[in-house]
Amino acid sequence: MKTRRREEGRWAWRLTGFITVCVYIFMFAPIVATVILSFNASMFGGFPMTGFSLQWYYKLMANDAVLAAFRTSLWIALVTAMVTTAVGVVTAFALVRFDFPGKQALSTLVILPALVPETILGVGLLVLIKSIDQPRTMLLLVLGHILLAVPYVVLITQARMAGIRRVYEEAALSLGASRFSSFREITLPLLVPAVVGGALLAFTISFDNTSASLFWRPAGVETMPTQILSMLKISISPEINALGTVMILVTVGIPLVGGLILQSLTRLKRRGQPTEEAR
Amino acid sequence: MKRRWTLYDPRLAWMLVAPVLLLLIFFLVLPIAVMAAYTFFTFVTAGVETSALTTANWHEFFTDSYYSGFLLKTLRVGAITALLCGVLGYFPAYFIWATTFRHKWLLLLLLIVPFWISFTIRTFSWINILGEQGVINVALIKLGIINDPLPMLYNEGAVILGMLHFLMPYMILNVYVSLEGIDRTLISAARSMGCTSAQAFREVTLPLSLPGLAAGLLLCFVLAAGSYVTPQLLGSGRDALFGNLIYDTIMGELNWPMGATLSIVLFVVLGFFAAVYTRYMGMSQIVKGLGG
Repeated sequence: MKTRRREEGRWAWRLTGFITVCVYIFMFAPIVATVILSFNASMFGGFPMTGFSLQWYYKLMANDAVLAAFRTSLWIALVTAMVTTAVGVVTAFALVRFDFPGKQALSTLVILPALVPETILGVGLLVLIKSIDQPRTMLLLVLGHILLAVPYVVLITQARMAGIRRVYEEAALSLGASRFSSFREITLPLLVPAVVGGALLAFTISFDNTSASLFWRPAGVETMPTQILSMLKISISPEINALGTVMILVTVGIPLVGGLILQSLTRLKRRGQPTEEAR
Repeated sequence: MKRRWTLYDPRLAWMLVAPVLLLLIFFLVLPIAVMAAYTFFTFVTAGVETSALTTANWHEFFTDSYYSGFLLKTLRVGAITALLCGVLGYFPAYFIWATTFRHKWLLLLLLIVPFWISFTIRTFSWINILGEQGVINVALIKLGIINDPLPMLYNEGAVILGMLHFLMPYMILNVYVSLEGIDRTLISAARSMGCTSAQAFREVTLPLSLPGLAAGLLLCFVLAAGSYVTPQLLGSGRDALFGNLIYDTIMGELNWPMGATLSIVLFVVLGFFAAVYTRYMGMSQIVKGLGG
């Protein structure tokens, strides 16, 4: 009896493992196929592979529309990441450390942009600026991206902040530090992982944003995702696979490298001062 | 007379949250309020409307079965997607939580990587799998199983598959976070009292992980029902969802009052589901799932 039960458990566990492997394959197979196809020598954007070639990458480098869209997206994402991190960290600080009327309502309001579908956010903002006769500008697009990224930065920072005891800051204050310098010298360094993580996430959210950007972009401006969409409307060319591969390298490479740098930084610091970080 | 500032002064808190608060008011609250007002404006011709108040848009929405059909289809597709996500996503979440594999972090990292890859690219990459020249068709033809490529793309199944693909990490992470919160001694206790592993799972682990599953279901449902890009890339015209309808009404027909009406409808309907969820579960689980 007992062995049969154990046998059942083992089969259930194997089934779980099998489905897990399938789900991981499901998540990565299309991406792998795209990367492989970007090196295809064939004229058509599909299988079978007819040979190895970098021609689609050369073509991509000569495509001015794509390069312009890439630059636009890069700038928007950089500005979004910097501003969102600054305002998000400060907001999270206030939400964790302070007690003020309306705090609960604000913490709910601040995550709404992540839950409301982008189509609705997109239309809403357009209707607003239409009703006051304002044109769509780059500033509007960037502020919109900041709105979309703020919830994530605030949530990440809040989670980290909750693990930092306030006695550290209060000790600095009682020793005569100003509010600002206690934040800069004590709180901020302890928050570094959240700050870097939040900034990277804000960058990718902005760089990747499609639906809302379709509504908000100024006339004639293409961001990388909207450019890809309009290229897809014409045809599936192998150039798109190459473009996809470059984008994957940028958006996966930056966080990975950032994470590695962060890890080695904290390791270096730990070696310098053996005190534990928090808790 | 000036009051002295206390250590955790509410006034300082307000100053700190001011930038984000202003952004939320002017880019989230106000737009939705103006949009709600716009639903009562009169549509004259493409791109032109007057502020003469009318209920014509709402009347059109409630009487024309075209709109309610779209809404029902969108809710159905969202529900199917969310349920499939829940069923398929629970296994990996459980596996990652329960495994004794040393490089567990790698499995978690692989879950986060898709968030970094452009959503547009992840969606169109399915064309390389399902398309006429995609992996499946080319392989089947090479093997001599079929002669003509199977039409797997540009139908509702492809749309659901694409949404499943982008929502799966959300689901797995939500369930995983909830599993991580379970006190493992409860399971050993159940086992030592004579539960089989299946019973322990059914009586202890599963009920305790339900909040995460529910949060994942809500998130997947809302994001699927609000999607715009996936139906456009992987579906045919017949597979358009409510988001596509809104986009076409505003950007194509330039009928702003009707577009605003449809947006408010989607907002209210999805908000209703979110409200029911928070009524029973509270916000905290969603917050945990989003924050990672």
